[in-house]
Amino acid sequence: MTTLDYSDIGKVIPRVLREDETSPVAFAEPPPLVKLDRRQFLKLTGLVGGGLMLSFSPLRKVRAQDGTVFSPNVFVKIDAEGILLYAPNPEIGQGVKTSLPMMLAEELDVAWEDVRVVQAPIDTAFGSQFAGGSMSTPMAWEPLRAAGATARNMLVEAAAQKWQVSADTLSTQDSIVKHTSSGREISYRELAADAAKVTVPPRESIKFKDPKQYRLLGQRITGVDNDAIVRGKPLFGIDQSLPGLKYAVYQKCPAIGGTVKSANLNEIKQMPGVLQAGVLAGTGNAMEVLPGVFIIAESTWAAFQAKRALQVEWDENNASKDSWSETVTQAKKLVEQAGNRTVDIGDVDTAFAANEKQAEGLYKYFFVSHAPLEPQNCTALFKDGELELWAPTQTPGWGMGPAASAAGIDQAKVKLNQLRCGGGFGRRLYNDFMCEAAAIAASVPGTPIKLQWTREDDISYDLFRGGGFHKLRGCVDEQGKIVGWHNRHATFTGDQGIGSGQFPMGMVDNLRVEHTGMDWKHRFGAWRAPGSNVFGFVLMSFVHELAHAGGRDHRDVLLEVLGEERQLHRGGMHTGRAAACVKLATEKAGWTNKKEGRGLGVAFYYSHAGHIAEVAEVSVGDVEGTVTNRQGESVQKRSLKVHKVTVAADVGPIINLSGAENQVQGSVVDGLSTMMDLAITFENGRVQETNFDKYRMLRMAETPEVDVHFIDTGEHSPTGLGEPAFPPLAPAVGNAIFDACGYRVRTLPISEEGFYLV
Amino acid sequence: MKVSVNNTTHDLTGIDPSTPLLWVLRDHLNLVGTKFGCGISQCGACTVLIDDTAVKSCMYPISAVGEKDVTTIEGLASDDEELTPLQQAWVDIDVAQCGYCQAGQIMATEALLRENPNPTDADIDTALAGNLCRCGTYLRVRAAAKVAAKHRS
Repeated sequence: MTTLDYSDIGKVIPRVLREDETSPVAFAEPPPLVKLDRRQFLKLTGLVGGGLMLSFSPLRKVRAQDGTVFSPNVFVKIDAEGILLYAPNPEIGQGVKTSLPMMLAEELDVAWEDVRVVQAPIDTAFGSQFAGGSMSTPMAWEPLRAAGATARNMLVEAAAQKWQVSADTLSTQDSIVKHTSSGREISYRELAADAAKVTVPPRESIKFKDPKQYRLLGQRITGVDNDAIVRGKPLFGIDQSLPGLKYAVYQKCPAIGGTVKSANLNEIKQMPGVLQAGVLAGTGNAMEVLPGVFIIAESTWAAFQAKRALQVEWDENNASKDSWSETVTQAKKLVEQAGNRTVDIGDVDTAFAANEKQAEGLYKYFFVSHAPLEPQNCTALFKDGELELWAPTQTPGWGMGPAASAAGIDQAKVKLNQLRCGGGFGRRLYNDFMCEAAAIAASVPGTPIKLQWTREDDISYDLFRGGGFHKLRGCVDEQGKIVGWHNRHATFTGDQGIGSGQFPMGMVDNLRVEHTGMDWKHRFGAWRAPGSNVFGFVLMSFVHELAHAGGRDHRDVLLEVLGEERQLHRGGMHTGRAAACVKLATEKAGWTNKKEGRGLGVAFYYSHAGHIAEVAEVSVGDVEGTVTNRQGESVQKRSLKVHKVTVAADVGPIINLSGAENQVQGSVVDGLSTMMDLAITFENGRVQETNFDKYRMLRMAETPEVDVHFIDTGEHSPTGLGEPAFPPLAPAVGNAIFDACGYRVRTLPISEEGFYLV
Repeated sequence: MKVSVNNTTHDLTGIDPSTPLLWVLRDHLNLVGTKFGCGISQCGACTVLIDDTAVKSCMYPISAVGEKDVTTIEGLASDDEELTPLQQAWVDIDVAQCGYCQAGQIMATEALLRENPNPTDADIDTALAGNLCRCGTYLRVRAAAKVAAKHRS
């Protein structure tokens, strides 16, 4: 049997999804540092755009299929029938199937209701077609506006030639070119055939719209798939059907790394509706196909029934023995010992010796699962040596190579159809489900199969956000200024955690970070706002601890820590933008005018190029006796009500206000849900919480009011919003709990400390 | 065995009577608007109406449907019909993020509004307590339910 190779797991997480040095704007020119007045700036953005450096040309000419289709680039097609725009990146709920075409439509100057949006095929001409790292918006901003503007310039040129007037005398609006002095008008559709004959202008000669003339960007636009969603039309990966489709399931070893010794395949093949069953040895790469047993049946239900009846004897010699309870014991010792010193700035020892006002605490967080609501699935047809896939994936391009090798063919023989994803959160960056479908399909050439994971599969074989343990010590001077910080953490991923653009780097004079790595066999993956989703909680809670140690207002200390306005490093956090968010969120939340019986907590975090501050308003019930937590500890039981969360976010200009606000509301809900009660534990390599009865997410009644404010100074290009509103939520709520009752939560989920949400 | 779905009677001869309604809808009747999320009645993505009651179809055996009428998301407005006020509210409020749970949310709301045309926030919270939204669109679901209630009355 194949021995699995786990050595590359860490490398599979695409570098672009890591924080800090590789955060989105690191790919871009930094925002202009010189202060421009509004008019100067608009001129600059209008002419040179956001300045994103991209590795593809959006202006590659697509040959019109016939003379009447005007398609100056891959994104735009106009003919006498209508206007079609392609949405290049996967839609996973982050709204890019609507917001990216809005960028095109704005510069094209079409009426939104005239536009039909279609998911683009997978083709490098469309750029990097992945959904991750909150990258879609910043990646698309320049090329999509350029693509729209190019088309508009050519339509104007076609009208100028038609009417024998100068292009400068023409204007556009709502899919129409106008010659105001003569009152002539012509629609884009009528112009399409003529525009198709116009030479595509060079990039530097394209005239962009003045952003002051934007009619669409910043508006509330309902999602382009909403009509289909509310009608229940087939949209998602799981909805894919084909003539003669059969239904497949795949059982892997519950402890990852186990291989198949034997299975009751003959019995399974006799079951009603079962067509085929067999063993796959796996590809030797744990991110592709793990060893297991596949079953193909006439229906999903028959396949599920057969999977339940399946009995496999596993060889677990090389399988995971991961144990969370043992890890907790180990980690508590490790954080008391010196680790690998990754940061050592100033003189931490002297700072602690000289300043008596100190705080210290052990923070820890459990594993969590992505658990997108649509369980992993993929439809595949292997025929005549070629493989066609229909998949809900965040990384269609990256998945095709591994899927091809799983099917034993060359990547050139693979065609992938990108389908809407029922949630992503990072899970669908990894295409193990696609590889499994490819391997199973290759074993039954000519038969289309849909591989369907159960919810239990989806959680058990997730690529988890790892747990971690942080011992923090800090000290403040006589004035309550934070002067020393010592972070000692033990984690599994080898992640150093605190990068040069992150708090407290560059903000505390004496700073030491020590790290100890721990072994773990199960798979890790990028989970919404990787790194930041837990570091935000630890670091921004501890700032509050130190503010309290110094007897000062948390908001004042936070602003003091941020310090003077500066860019912390190229393409990283800007303290001025950060401070503006903290000020606005606290002001809107009534920081100095707190309601009786309520606690207020603030937190700021910079991630994925987004600057976001959140203030939570909570009340905490009296202690109701004790409750035993997952670790077997007896803790005091208390209710928590989160009444309201006020958010101030600076992600540059907003593309779709409705979608942006939805992302922030959703991030707050996800943040609260995750911090309250979500935990994955392992014993003997086996995941203990495999469905929603034991992995309990927040419900409607527990949802707080969310008040969202966006800051746009006009100085920055837009950045993504799928992730950065997540990290500040947990520390804001934790700090509010302390404000309300004087108890400091240091464990995620906080149900471990006895809190339950009402 | 026969079953009435969206006012059409289907002959289900040959189908295992223990098959959950969800999989009959999806695999046999090609009505894929009803979604699979957990298989154990915890998430509500599979919510449909049986007569006027919201039911989690993932654990509801097809044999239990009997003479009752099943209504799925596809049964609210057919392809060539205008959206119902309930569906239109979901579009106007732009409720969905990924959209996967929304058919279940809409059907649970449909059941609520049939019984209680003028629900309070608390009524909506209770009626939709069994419907999980992983993206966290609860505030908009609740808002859309209220708008729909207004437009239906």
